[in-house]
Amino acid sequence: MNNATYRTIALRTIGIAALVTLTDALIAFPFAYYMARLASRRTRTLLFVLVLLPLWSSYLARIYAWRLILAHDGALNWSLAKLGLPTTGVAYTNTAMWIVFSYVWLPFMILPVYAALERIPDSYVEASRDLGAKGWTTFRRVVLPLALPGVVAGSIFTFSLTLGDYITPTLVGNTQFIGNVVYRNVLGLSHDLPFAAAYATIPLLVMGVYLTLAKRAGAFEAL
Amino acid sequence: METRGTRFSLAVWAAAVVFFLWFPLVLICLYAFNSSNIQSWPIAGFTLHWFSVAWHDTEARSALWLSLEAALLATSVALVLGTMAAFAVSRFRFFGRDVVSFIVVLPIALPGVITGIALASFFSFGTITFSLWTIVVGHATFCIVVVYNNVVARLRRTQTSLMEASMDLGADGWQTFRYVTFPVVSTALISGALLAFALSFDEVIVTTFTAGAQNTLPLWIFGNIRLGQQLPEVNAVVFVIIAATVLPVTIAQRLTSDTGILRRT
Repeated sequence: MNNATYRTIALRTIGIAALVTLTDALIAFPFAYYMARLASRRTRTLLFVLVLLPLWSSYLARIYAWRLILAHDGALNWSLAKLGLPTTGVAYTNTAMWIVFSYVWLPFMILPVYAALERIPDSYVEASRDLGAKGWTTFRRVVLPLALPGVVAGSIFTFSLTLGDYITPTLVGNTQFIGNVVYRNVLGLSHDLPFAAAYATIPLLVMGVYLTLAKRAGAFEAL
Repeated sequence: METRGTRFSLAVWAAAVVFFLWFPLVLICLYAFNSSNIQSWPIAGFTLHWFSVAWHDTEARSALWLSLEAALLATSVALVLGTMAAFAVSRFRFFGRDVVSFIVVLPIALPGVITGIALASFFSFGTITFSLWTIVVGHATFCIVVVYNNVVARLRRTQTSLMEASMDLGADGWQTFRYVTFPVVSTALISGALLAFALSFDEVIVTTFTAGAQNTLPLWIFGNIRLGQQLPEVNAVVFVIIAATVLPVTIAQRLTSDTGILRRT
């Protein structure tokens, strides 16, 4: 456990999980806001289905799609070349993992944030405006605090699912995650179940702390 | 409270997010018709050849059967246990109720490798050999949650007075269940079952720890992508899977539009 390699792997996993969570929150919030508070009823239902279907369609297929898109001769570099831009070597890097994780877990963030925003009564917003608050103040002082439990609820998924994944690092990355180490020691060549179990306590502890904090933030009611 | 500029930018943002969510799916579907066996963009030409190759592949076919069996059994287990847990938690107060509701939901909040290693070490300590049943047990851990959440959401919206009225009118416990309770929860059960099935059919991480040498369809796909083998066939299979998820998910969404099946939670 003192081995520097394993420490790096643990820190990398937790770091990327945090980054993915932040990215998804930033992408999801304006989207969920539009869906819950601005879109017409029909548009809202449509958007709901459009978010739900990718969430339920094959997880492997979505990762595989990105492997093809980011590949050297994939759609990304093709589009860049068409636009006259230099091609990228993003395939099989940490950046690729960050993009793909953010992509596959995005619906998990959108839905709880949407649910939280939708629950805010219009009267709260009106009251705030009647009391003289400008749009931005109302957003910051009324909408945001009420939507926060939804964001935390979504972050439980984006964070936990990234911590426990080894498929994405295997298929689109070239570095190891906690999941890869556990997998290799349980089922792979370096068979060492006690070590794998000990190493798996890292995500377990991290999630324990995270869930305790989330519970305190009222995220469980927003799940 | 939003200005017109804000509204417009948010609408543009929403459109961009939908594009982001969908273009990889559309692209992977196009690859299924790629006439070349080199997976580069743009695809070389149009063919249906790989569908017939995939259909006649015995390995893929037996993997499909194993996946269907496991999903069917895991869904059945989840229906029974998830429904019972949902009724217990929402209809009765008992010691440890909050703990039970927390423990039922925990498997989806826990990283997949943890559930995986826990099951793998349990099977190895109990010297249980890997079989269809070890896969089913692994899948049931998270399928139960889906059914449980659907039924709990439905029960929360149903007044207990409905059941009380039935009893007051002279129905016994079984009749009340048969004519009042069951019709109330039936669509929640169907949608829970559909979603549990979809979840099990798609699962990779926990399955790798509980399948041993067996191949479910996702394991077959994962193995082939990792090793870069039979990719044109994988594309065709993936296309069929994506197309096949559209129907059950849409049905489940319709059935529970009152409670909102929401997320996978």
